[in-house]
Amino acid sequence: MMERLNPRSRSDRYGSRINRTQDPWRARSVPYLSIILASLLPVLLIADVMPLAPPLGFLMLMAWRMVRPGLLPLWIGAPLGAFDDLVSGQPFGCAVMLWSLAMIAIELIETRFPWRGFWQDWFTAGLAAVLVWLASLMLSGARLTPEMLMVALPQALLSVLLYPILARMVASLDRFRLARARRIG
Amino acid sequence: MAPPSSRRSGFSKKAQFSVFTGYLLAGVAALLGFGLLLLSLWQPSAFAPLRGVASDAVAPVGTGTAIARSGSQSAFASIAGYFRAGSQNAALREEIEIARVRLAEAEAVKAENRRLKALLKIEENEVKPIAVTRLVGSSATSGRRFAFIGAGRGNGVAPGMPVMSERGVIGRVLETGHNSARVLLLTDSESVLPVRRAKGDVVAFAEGRGDGLLRVRLVNLGINPLKVGDLMVTSGAGGYYRPGVAVAVIAKITPDGGIARLVAEPSATNFVAVEPIYQPEAVALLRTPPGRDAVDESDPAPTAPDVDDE
Repeated sequence: MMERLNPRSRSDRYGSRINRTQDPWRARSVPYLSIILASLLPVLLIADVMPLAPPLGFLMLMAWRMVRPGLLPLWIGAPLGAFDDLVSGQPFGCAVMLWSLAMIAIELIETRFPWRGFWQDWFTAGLAAVLVWLASLMLSGARLTPEMLMVALPQALLSVLLYPILARMVASLDRFRLARARRIG
Repeated sequence: MAPPSSRRSGFSKKAQFSVFTGYLLAGVAALLGFGLLLLSLWQPSAFAPLRGVASDAVAPVGTGTAIARSGSQSAFASIAGYFRAGSQNAALREEIEIARVRLAEAEAVKAENRRLKALLKIEENEVKPIAVTRLVGSSATSGRRFAFIGAGRGNGVAPGMPVMSERGVIGRVLETGHNSARVLLLTDSESVLPVRRAKGDVVAFAEGRGDGLLRVRLVNLGINPLKVGDLMVTSGAGGYYRPGVAVAVIAKITPDGGIARLVAEPSATNFVAVEPIYQPEAVALLRTPPGRDAVDESDPAPTAPDVDDE
């Protein structure tokens, strides 16, 4: 009866609540896969003049960390950063260190200010992105010239502005991750 | 939003330990990263095999996007071609008339050249490229300017080999994977290339600035003979590049040389050719400390004898 009146009555935003459950593989792998893909995506651009793309992998990590606190373990910056280092052109170890430091810093900020909102998240992620941007420029293995800093400025601006979009993307990825995809019985 | 209550440790010893372990692991990871970073700054090629595996995995995807990129470029070019079609047609007609005359002249010069070379017993050796491939990617997030090509050790590509497009020099192979390689582009701030002016013997170094332009620094300081619009070509010094390949055009004059624009922009090329090292013996001689070869390709010593004042 209820079904006929409202077909979605027995389902929520994660899908039908009867006869369905979450796919454990999907629930566990989506965050990591999305961060790895975000690390890979800028490699496919040909940037011969200046650093064009913001550090998408790092921004994705920040977005997952902010939108879903407690989902990623504290040490996850190291393995994901190691992968990013392999493809990003930075010397190996740069992202391992910076991403781990960023994860620790955000954990500390979270214990200090437990109640957070979107604006504070954006501020924290933006600050982290700018600091990581500057540190990666300085640790890139080449000496930092004023020209290099000037042409990389749009990258910093873009990475700050990109956070809200990525946070929305992560939210929808999270809905996909927790969707009840597996049929029971 | 407050963090989930499951993450507050409270009085539970187990929860406290797991929080502590998390911090400990992350701290150790950061220290490990610092150590790895120092190691790779000290020995840039230390993790080359690992990077080779990663770029091998990315290369097939990059080939797809490279094909799409060249396709979209030509689509844009054909749309842009509809504007100004009439005036361009007239201009091209005029240009082709002049070009025909020049071509006939060039044929004559070529024939004479061949005759003179035969007279001097200079043998012509064409450089055969080792591999022709596409640029499949680049380090778009990093301050360094690296590109990835879709040919590697399996195709005979080795570190040090010059990478050329049909217009001029793109860069030099730095590390190789099995079917992909990492190329140091000319615009990278660690790239140095010995060049000379196409007309006349002004010898200089073209260094990347990291912002897409090259800084051309003259070997002999004095009155700066460069002019805006001068074409710089490879001089062949250092032994990596064959001489006479276009590199850059001077755009601005500075006291010690000039600022130059690239002739062959990597983002505008479809195919690149990997050529063998011009003079492997000379390179082997110059490459004294084997670890440092990634950066210093040009010892100024071999350029000194053919420097000519103007």
